[in-house]
Amino acid sequence: MEKTWNNKAWFMVLPVLLLVAFSAVIPLMTVVNYSVQDTFGNNQFFWAGAEWFDEVLHSERFHASLGRNLIFSAIILLIEIPLGIVIALNMPRKGWGVPVCLVLMALPLLIPWNVVGTIWQVFGRVDIGLLGHTLANLGINYNYVQNPMHAWFTVIIMDVWHWTSLVVLLCYAGLVSIPDAFYQAAKIDGASRWAVFRYIQLPKMNRVLLIAVLLRFMDSFMIYTEPFVVTGGGPGNSTTFLSIDLVKVAVGQFDLGPAAAMSIIYFLIILLLSWVFYTVMTNYDAER
Amino acid sequence: MSVQQDTLVRTSERPEAEQHRIDKALARKMRKRGDESKFWWLIPTVYIIFLMLPIYWLINMSFKTNQEILGTFSLWPQNPTLQNYAVIFTDPSWYKGYINSIIYVVMNTVISVLVALPAAYAFSRYRFLGDKHLFFWLLTNRMAPPAVFALPFFQLYSAFGLIDTHIAVALAHCLFNVPLAVWILEGFMSGVPKEIDETAYIDGYSFPRFFVRIFIPLIASGIGVAAFFCFMFSWVELLIARTLTTTAAKPIAAIMTRTVSASGLDWGVLAAAGVLTIIPGAIVIYFVRNYIAKGFALGRV
Repeated sequence: MEKTWNNKAWFMVLPVLLLVAFSAVIPLMTVVNYSVQDTFGNNQFFWAGAEWFDEVLHSERFHASLGRNLIFSAIILLIEIPLGIVIALNMPRKGWGVPVCLVLMALPLLIPWNVVGTIWQVFGRVDIGLLGHTLANLGINYNYVQNPMHAWFTVIIMDVWHWTSLVVLLCYAGLVSIPDAFYQAAKIDGASRWAVFRYIQLPKMNRVLLIAVLLRFMDSFMIYTEPFVVTGGGPGNSTTFLSIDLVKVAVGQFDLGPAAAMSIIYFLIILLLSWVFYTVMTNYDAER
Repeated sequence: MSVQQDTLVRTSERPEAEQHRIDKALARKMRKRGDESKFWWLIPTVYIIFLMLPIYWLINMSFKTNQEILGTFSLWPQNPTLQNYAVIFTDPSWYKGYINSIIYVVMNTVISVLVALPAAYAFSRYRFLGDKHLFFWLLTNRMAPPAVFALPFFQLYSAFGLIDTHIAVALAHCLFNVPLAVWILEGFMSGVPKEIDETAYIDGYSFPRFFVRIFIPLIASGIGVAAFFCFMFSWVELLIARTLTTTAAKPIAAIMTRTVSASGLDWGVLAAAGVLTIIPGAIVIYFVRNYIAKGFALGRV
């Protein structure tokens, strides 16, 4: 759409600007403040320069939680994206099946995150949970509280349960936008199922898939509540992802300097990803 | 369809034997196509069963007594009881959690949508100094990790004496909900042709009158979707809500985690509380089913 240049539009944006500035800029400035200062209590602060950044960037603890978080994000992307595509391809296109599928699949997306954690915490328990009980009866000594591998398994299957539907719904939205004529042309040409997918469906899903990958990466990179409820970051530190670690440092130990420096590094990574997301969106809008 | 029509036209001119042969071939083809997609329902069905099992298990537990949950392992309640729900609806420390959550969620939804409406209109209709940077900056707030903001929020709202009030949580959640609402509404508004605005102005409508009488009805579904997602994201958030409240405005989510960490917890009540938090989403989900992907992708699908 052709837009007219009008700086008075600023007045319409002003409320949003003030509100978000209040809840984003002021807190962020506090964080920046803490990240370059040291304190011995009594509200006395000393200039610390880049000391905290140096400390955080070289701390093994930060590397470990960052690494864990990246591995976690990679695993769930590798599972959720292909799974989401396969399910979306097999969803009904018309009839009563469509609303049924959409409603049931979207349900996990709308459950409060801590309840998602609670659901899986209960579901995985050997004594009272269906999953834990079944695994135990199969002869597996399943215990997500003590075994790190089992904790990871639980957190990953929980995330797959929680978020695969988002990939499905995004892909489905891309698929239903393909006109029937495309499929008819493919039928006339005698295209195989794979060819239809590779040359018709996949190109049409390109953009939604990119959105799905970015959203899933960013959300899994910020994951806090679900693993916190299920494993509390344990056993040991094995499921302590970035956010959990940050809250431990900031609220648990009240180490303001390192926590602030960590927040800023964390935020910069997210900023970079948001920029990629934004570029993808606006480029597409421009093409359209 | 065009293939079959084509075949029909041509076959009508052919001798009977050949017609028969073509019919058979066509039937075979149709059958083959049917074979290909005969089991399409298997994958969605298995997936939906996978999704529903844990939810079913929670519902199942919520109708059992604690003794039954811990004592016997059964796929459905042997002696269904409403005791767990009764506990929640009679114990103020439980039901107040729901009231608190609903109060700040509704406040947040109203604030977010109201301030987002004019802003989204500005973004969809006008170019102005720094518009693209502003739009991007909004997005970064939607994507910002709540863990980064937990501590500074606590200090900010302490300074204003707002800790443990509903408005504190409502304002804090604006951090990600206002950008979300702006992005979603902008997506919907861009779908309304600009000629409508221009015609209205020519007809002598003032801007506020046009906006309320003509424009808002046109994007009513967009407002509904934006409100729904603000509601939902505020409803599911725990970290910030928990940090900013102690007792008077404590949300149900935080009350639930408290029981988890306590020893000797009551699984049945916990399950019932969980089931009740799913209900708001489950009620409206049918009406927004076609917009869920759109809402999560910030109105860009």
